[in-house]
Amino acid sequence: MNPAKIEVLLQTLISGLLLGGLYALIGLGMTIIMGVMKIINLAHGELMMVGMYIAYVLFAWLHLDPYLSILVAAPLLFLLGAIIQKYLVNPVLKVDAILPENQVILTVGIGMVLANLATMIFKSDYRTAPVDYATKAWYLSDIWKGSPIELSLSYPWSVSFLFAVVITAGLWFFLSRTDMGKSIRATAQDKDAALLMGVNVERMRMFTFGLGSALVGAAGCLFLPIYYLYPDVGGQFTLTGFVITILGGLGSTFGAIIGGLVLGVFESLTATYVGMGWAPVGRFVVFVLVLVFVPGGVASLLRRRRFGK
Amino acid sequence: MRAPVANPGRGRPLAVLAALAALPLIALVPGVNANYWMHNFILVVMWSIIGMSWNLLSGYCGQVSFGHAAFFGIGAYTAGLLYAKLGLSAWWGMLASVPVVGAAALLVGFICLRLRGPFFALSTIAIGVILRIVAENLVGFTGGDQGIMIRERTWVEKTWYFYIILAVAAATFWFVDRLVASRLGYYFVAIREDQDAAESLGIDTTRYKTIALVLSAVICGLAGAFYTSYMGYIDPKVVFALHDVSVMAIMVVMVGGVATRWGPAIGAVIMILLAEIIRTIPKVGTAHHTLFGVLLIVVIIFLPNGVVGDAGALRRLLRIRRPS
Repeated sequence: MNPAKIEVLLQTLISGLLLGGLYALIGLGMTIIMGVMKIINLAHGELMMVGMYIAYVLFAWLHLDPYLSILVAAPLLFLLGAIIQKYLVNPVLKVDAILPENQVILTVGIGMVLANLATMIFKSDYRTAPVDYATKAWYLSDIWKGSPIELSLSYPWSVSFLFAVVITAGLWFFLSRTDMGKSIRATAQDKDAALLMGVNVERMRMFTFGLGSALVGAAGCLFLPIYYLYPDVGGQFTLTGFVITILGGLGSTFGAIIGGLVLGVFESLTATYVGMGWAPVGRFVVFVLVLVFVPGGVASLLRRRRFGK
Repeated sequence: MRAPVANPGRGRPLAVLAALAALPLIALVPGVNANYWMHNFILVVMWSIIGMSWNLLSGYCGQVSFGHAAFFGIGAYTAGLLYAKLGLSAWWGMLASVPVVGAAALLVGFICLRLRGPFFALSTIAIGVILRIVAENLVGFTGGDQGIMIRERTWVEKTWYFYIILAVAAATFWFVDRLVASRLGYYFVAIREDQDAAESLGIDTTRYKTIALVLSAVICGLAGAFYTSYMGYIDPKVVFALHDVSVMAIMVVMVGGVATRWGPAIGAVIMILLAEIIRTIPKVGTAHHTLFGVLLIVVIIFLPNGVVGDAGALRRLLRIRRPS
């Protein structure tokens, strides 16, 4: 391989990892909702779209940096998620219907309403938040003068990635070290046992839906500096989140992180070596391969390592 | 457990068919835009076919699909490509779509039917999206975003289109009716109610789920092939649309009544009329997804079994309201 090819490959891997870190955040939100509620939230990408528009409005009006608007968007999305859970999802859980998938269809309805409201308020124009550091990047040759290859690290992508890592670490700390986090995990493992141990399952469900929405709202803010925004942007991220959930193993938080990174790298490779338009197909090829060969996802592989032999 | 067939024997299919067959007489009514109404009638009948197809797989067999646009689109593209590549009439697509869509459904089933419940539902979304992206990117084969245009229309008038789609609908109705009442239909319902129990009773669930999927897909593909001939233009965004085909199929059945005989037809009437009414109200037109979404949410919470399935509850509701 000549240096030029290695350069392209390394650059692709780097951007894939950066993208994967952000994907992991989307997948995490979906996977904790999945774990606790046992339903897939198909309005997940639309919630992210709401987060992006909140960050966009704050940027356009107050010139607030998208990274700072996480502090506004995440709590708002938490509220929105908790309200959706309490007043829409919860009543449906109690309704007697032929198809138990009613809840999933319900979230599709919610997603449709959110996307359409966004179209009415913001029109279907493509928008970006032109932050002044949008095109800044670090170059390898700045640090190592004699480097045979040239690599660059985009400034907004790296910052978004770091934020994603910090939020993920915070989530891990919350889930594993705090009482509330433990209650959430208990609810996910066995709702009845958790109820008997004095966990307020109803409240945990509401809180989890809120938390999942807040996470994806934060992911929306992180995506704003590096992505464009339009009302239907959510759909593709719902699917991405779902593929990550399958890839990582249903309801597994660690799996979601690995799944996000794998997917990011794979998509980036497809975009470079097959073509930009095919990147979303790459995503689904991974999805199909995982379903056929590793139905339990990354989580099942980890479990086999731990308990096997 | 519910009865496998809601209201067996009720409703008179032949009387309904005769009434529907008389609809083109609307041209004789003075002062009515017959062409406009025929267009809506055709859409209603087409959507009731798609609804019956979804109802077979999801309502009776319990495998909720979010990807019927995939089968609709494959059917539509089969017809379109026959015309664009081989110079045949797009009507041959209705014949050719059967093996093509059937084979595609087998493949989809092999991958997606490994999953259960919501996960199956989501994997079918992925199938729909994959096909849309593939159709958009294979510019040399499908024409990409440009779509396929059928340059010569078979008829200017809509009457014959109406009778063709009505014939397909009547055949589908008869077929689904017979199927649901047969041994196969009982297997489907058993799988929906409890897959593990069905498996333990010796029902090869994977096999029967695949059968339901293939049959449902082929019916939906027929509607797609008809759509190409009728509309004369297809592109990936229209025929592989998530909201406007896959979710619309779900809404038609959810509103009408899941796993009911007349649910898809009644749902199609309600949804198409509603779409037309919303479209004609100025300024509200852009909000039609919001209104549909709200309708879906309301139906799921208050009428989980649809207008037909919850007819009793609906009647009670109206009766209570009347005296006040």
